Amino acid sequence: MATRKGKTGVPSGNGGGRSTAQSFEIKVGLAEMLKGGVIMDVTTPEQAKIAEEAGACAVMALERVPADIRRDGGVARMCSIEVIEGIQRVVSIPVMAKVRIGHFLEARVLESLGVDFIDESEVLTPADEEHHIDKSGFRSPFVCGARNLGEALRRVSEGAAMIRTKGEAGSGNIVEAVRHLRRVNGDIRALAALRVEELPARAKELQAPVELVRRVAELGRLPVPNFAAGGIATPADAALCMALGAEAVFVGSGIFKSADPAVRARAVVRATTHWDETEEVLGSSRGLGEAMEGIEMERLAEHERLANRGW
Amino acid sequence: MGIVAIQGDVEAHAAVLARLGAEAVRVRCEKDLDGLSALILPGGESTTISKGLERLRLYEPLRGFARSGRPILGTCAGAVLLAREVENHPVPSLGLIDVVAVRNAYGTQVDSFSADAEGDFEGLRCVFIRAPRLRRPGPDVQVRARVDGWPVFVEQGAVLATTFHPELTGDSRVHERLLALVPAVP
Repeated sequence: MATRKGKTGVPSGNGGGRSTAQSFEIKVGLAEMLKGGVIMDVTTPEQAKIAEEAGACAVMALERVPADIRRDGGVARMCSIEVIEGIQRVVSIPVMAKVRIGHFLEARVLESLGVDFIDESEVLTPADEEHHIDKSGFRSPFVCGARNLGEALRRVSEGAAMIRTKGEAGSGNIVEAVRHLRRVNGDIRALAALRVEELPARAKELQAPVELVRRVAELGRLPVPNFAAGGIATPADAALCMALGAEAVFVGSGIFKSADPAVRARAVVRATTHWDETEEVLGSSRGLGEAMEGIEMERLAEHERLANRGW
Repeated sequence: MGIVAIQGDVEAHAAVLARLGAEAVRVRCEKDLDGLSALILPGGESTTISKGLERLRLYEPLRGFARSGRPILGTCAGAVLLAREVENHPVPSLGLIDVVAVRNAYGTQVDSFSADAEGDFEGLRCVFIRAPRLRRPGPDVQVRARVDGWPVFVEQGAVLATTFHPELTGDSRVHERLLALVPAVP
């Protein structure tokens, strides 16, 4: 007889307890399947179709792309149910959606909709300034942003099945994504060089559980896949993130804020697959039309930087 | 051993092959197939991988690889691509196994699960991630394992397909089966 293991978990931790938790292995399993791919931000079913046609491995449903959130201001919340359902109806690839940091009820709603991955995201306005969601009690897997190893491991300890470096969403500027990727991977390399008795003190500095810190030191990588996000605007930007150790990329405003989204989307997918073949990156960089407009970091005040949200 | 490296869990398959002492080569174009003794189509998104196969004009070369008698294993998305026919958001498939693959047949990620297989591979734990179902296996198809009565591991000649992910669980029996099918060098 077959014995199902996924559907009998512990009761959920927060948000009403109507569902049972999914095993961590199955959550990370989907993250594994997304490797080498491009996850694209979309705001309508039509955009989702364009993304899927271009070869995106998943779409991220949201009300406004980060560049528009930045421009319009105001409180940015979870995407409307109708848009998410509309997107789920038209595509076969995984559908992700964002919730505000700490807003476990938005997360429960997305889980009930059968959303494939929930992004507890700094791009939306935080709902809780002290606590992130206890992600272990959900059936849906979660992805969270991080700028360094400590932040990444705190999210993993809360149950995140995927980490994405934050970058600076909606900026069209790759500099922060590069900074965060180098930082996380540099922190891991430094950890791997420590002696075993030095790990507890380092865990304290990282403000992360010592068991997780030991695990990363042993593995030489995060215990979950590590993707890149925030500021990717060109095929070469995506290839750069892959070359710096990202296992897949999220592209937000970069595609649907450009002159020809379908062409650019295909090009970013191609450059992500072939990041280590310069000829292919060159080929994918031809005939793209205008990229989205970018913002220099010096022109963003500290309070305008989305990456500073979360802790 | 080649692994089609367009998108998906290529590293996980490479890690299993390394444990079995086999060398993994990434396959992204026709000439990458030269000299390979077996091939893996990994898990991932079948839409994404099929678009890559089209762009790289790999459909015919992969069919030729199978005709040469060298074994091929497809897991999850790879199984979809090996099927004769695909239902529920069809993608172009290679038609190397006489089954119909129904994509995302169990639902979304919240319906993903693991279960133990029944059949030739007793106790094989199967991890299903947004998995397809295989229907209507033809007379030349052998069902090697089932879960809840559904075929989850099928073979036709030297072509193997699993709807689960043997690369994720540490049980390497499926990969060992692939290696066992490699024709002996005369």
